[in-house]
Amino acid sequence: MVRTHRTETVVVGAGGAGLMAALYASRGSQTVVLSKLYPTRSHTGTAQGGIGAALGNIEEDHPEWHTFDTVKGSDYLADQDAVERMCYEAPEIVYELEHMGLPFSRTPEGKINQRPFGGHAAEFGKRPVPRACFAADRTGHMILQTLYQQCLKHRVKFYDEFHVLDLVLSPDGRAAGVVAYDIDQGELHLFHAKAVIFATGGFGRIWQITSNAHSLTGDGPAILLQKGLPLEDMEFFQFHPTGIYKMGILITEAVRGEGGVLRNDQGERFMERYAPTMKDLASRDVVSRAIYLEVKAGRGIGGKNYVHLDATHLGREKIEERLPDIADFCRTYLGIDPAEQPIPVQPTAHYAMGGIPTDVEGRVRRNAAGDLVPGLYAAGEVACVSVHGANRLGTNSLLDIVVFGKHAGQDAARFCQQNDWPELPEETWQPSQATIERILNNTGEDNAARIRDEMQAVMMDHVGVFRTAEGIQKALEKIHELQERVRHVTVSDKGKRFNTELLEAIELRNLLELAEVTAQSALNRTESRGAHYREDFQQRDDEHWLKHTFVRKEDGQIRFEYRPVVITKYQPQERKY
Amino acid sequence: MRVKMRIRRFNPEKDSKPWWGEYEVEVEPTDRVLDALHQVKWYQDGTLTLRRSCAHGICGSDAMVINGRNALACKVLMRDVGKVCVVEPLRGLPLIKDLVVDMEPFFAKYRAVMPWLVNDEIPDHGERLQSPEARERYDDTTKCILCAACTTSCPSFWANEHYIGPAAIVQAHRFIFDDRDRAAVERLRILNDRDGVWRCRTVFNCVQACPREIDVTKAIGEVKLAILEAL
Repeated sequence: MVRTHRTETVVVGAGGAGLMAALYASRGSQTVVLSKLYPTRSHTGTAQGGIGAALGNIEEDHPEWHTFDTVKGSDYLADQDAVERMCYEAPEIVYELEHMGLPFSRTPEGKINQRPFGGHAAEFGKRPVPRACFAADRTGHMILQTLYQQCLKHRVKFYDEFHVLDLVLSPDGRAAGVVAYDIDQGELHLFHAKAVIFATGGFGRIWQITSNAHSLTGDGPAILLQKGLPLEDMEFFQFHPTGIYKMGILITEAVRGEGGVLRNDQGERFMERYAPTMKDLASRDVVSRAIYLEVKAGRGIGGKNYVHLDATHLGREKIEERLPDIADFCRTYLGIDPAEQPIPVQPTAHYAMGGIPTDVEGRVRRNAAGDLVPGLYAAGEVACVSVHGANRLGTNSLLDIVVFGKHAGQDAARFCQQNDWPELPEETWQPSQATIERILNNTGEDNAARIRDEMQAVMMDHVGVFRTAEGIQKALEKIHELQERVRHVTVSDKGKRFNTELLEAIELRNLLELAEVTAQSALNRTESRGAHYREDFQQRDDEHWLKHTFVRKEDGQIRFEYRPVVITKYQPQERKY
Repeated sequence: MRVKMRIRRFNPEKDSKPWWGEYEVEVEPTDRVLDALHQVKWYQDGTLTLRRSCAHGICGSDAMVINGRNALACKVLMRDVGKVCVVEPLRGLPLIKDLVVDMEPFFAKYRAVMPWLVNDEIPDHGERLQSPEARERYDDTTKCILCAACTTSCPSFWANEHYIGPAAIVQAHRFIFDDRDRAAVERLRILNDRDGVWRCRTVFNCVQACPREIDVTKAIGEVKLAILEAL
């Protein structure tokens, strides 16, 4: 009843991190990629503005400046050894993408073109520097396409529309494979492997207003939580300042990188007050809070909860050349021309800084002491290396996925060459089978969509940009109620073929797990740092909180551990933009 | 506003042939067709099956036939569909369930054109140079998201399932006109096949269908010309 496959490396997820990992893993091990979507549907494709690398093609730039900006952007929570690795390897890996065929936009001399982005500066914060290497405003699309093309060229094996439900661990604690559900046929498959790489992306769908795809339901981290493994820094989730009002669709920071500005109801360029040097190009946490404060002070547009992103002075030519997709979004969803009218924007849940704890080779840690789960890897948004700390800079996510996807793939191949297949526990698919049967046989009234709506609303109200103990506790009460209800969730589709209603119910269970640990971690951290802002603890507290949170669930109880931040060069300072 | 959703339904485990399901939904004029389909699936009939992911026209999952025309459900607004919105699966690909079709034949054609850069001349340091003009030459076809809206709108493809179809030609164009690539002739030979580019009858359905506004027929025309020049 369960088809078993044997391979060396299994990659779960086919976005940028998964594909890069697959490319490198396949050079030294037999590799298969499982994705619940077709690979080209992955969310990497929606990244717009650019990938950060100090190429210095436009102005002088250095990996050291990039490192400093990333550490400062992280509000000093990032591990500096990991940030150094990422920023120093950035130029080579961007060249590698070009060699693979990525169609970057070009300078008049034919080099890779670059533009300014939030938080990226010359000489340790003095002035914005063009560091984002871009392909118009579809850089992520081109990265995804290019990596998929390379995987086809190198004959990487794909199982498309396979939804991974469980991680298999051997009796001695090694990763031994995964259990996946073939969406088309409704059958379970067991992939017995030596190395497993999770690259399942984020989980922004726990919030109501989000830039994230419907499929970003945090399946990878939720599976690890269920295995009793920890997640790191889950209280840090980035709200991007400029999502389209009400819809949450991302309007790239490149609009501001190209010269666009934020304005309140009075037409004032309010970021000048909040960040005198970087202004509209301050880091995202700072800009998102500023928008909320403007709205709170009654200066939202027409008194409502949004502001204007004004690109009208850029001129139609520049917008059509550099930001064509943004112009298309504005026309399609707002019926406006960004060259003529400002864009209504509000902060939108965008990016998980936290996730599965890994070292710089992508190897998964099983505790705060740093012990590893042999053969288990994570890369991309799902992972917490940690290079983004408490707040990620724009363009660093695309960099993260290729750098650490590559290392995870390389290390997995090496691991496969040195190790035999681990022992499989018996009937390892049983829990997945039981979950599916339980959902199909439930007879209650509740459906997944209603529970999801309630979760998204309460997370938006109480675990968003501004947080208080009282609000988070309210959210937790609700989440616990919903977790009880989700156990009885009912589906009307009882079939085997393409039962997406069943999968949405499983995804909802995963989202609720992540909402719970996000809220618990937010309640636990009694300071404000980066994207985590507590109205009842407004200061950063380095004495008590310059450390990573590891959260796990043991018999349904939340447990915290802490891991010190790696500091190499840059001692924490007050953060000003 | 109130809209009637008329949706082509088919459950391979129950139905011998497709049928029409009708659902009333209350939507905002600025809601997407995808939002209306979700309203049906989430609050009326959970068995309705469709693919979707990013919901803003980039991932290419939710191409379908909306009021007779191929489009992404997340890029058509309800104010533009009228009082009745008719939704059907893409034509010309095997139907799996409701709005879901088997994409494998489509991706097989994509893979057939060698959709990857062929070039072994890697510089010792830094990037290969490419002028902005050379980059501009194939810009339009880099936008393709492989949603299949073009290929499944093409009468030549409906008539002959072996025709390679506009999407694969667009993908080939992206490399043929990239001056870094060294395999143009090989790709042109593939497209010069009996079921290649010459099956295009310039009906222009593909141009209308493309949610990325790629000038598909122009790209196909350029490929035809390149075949005549090179082969």
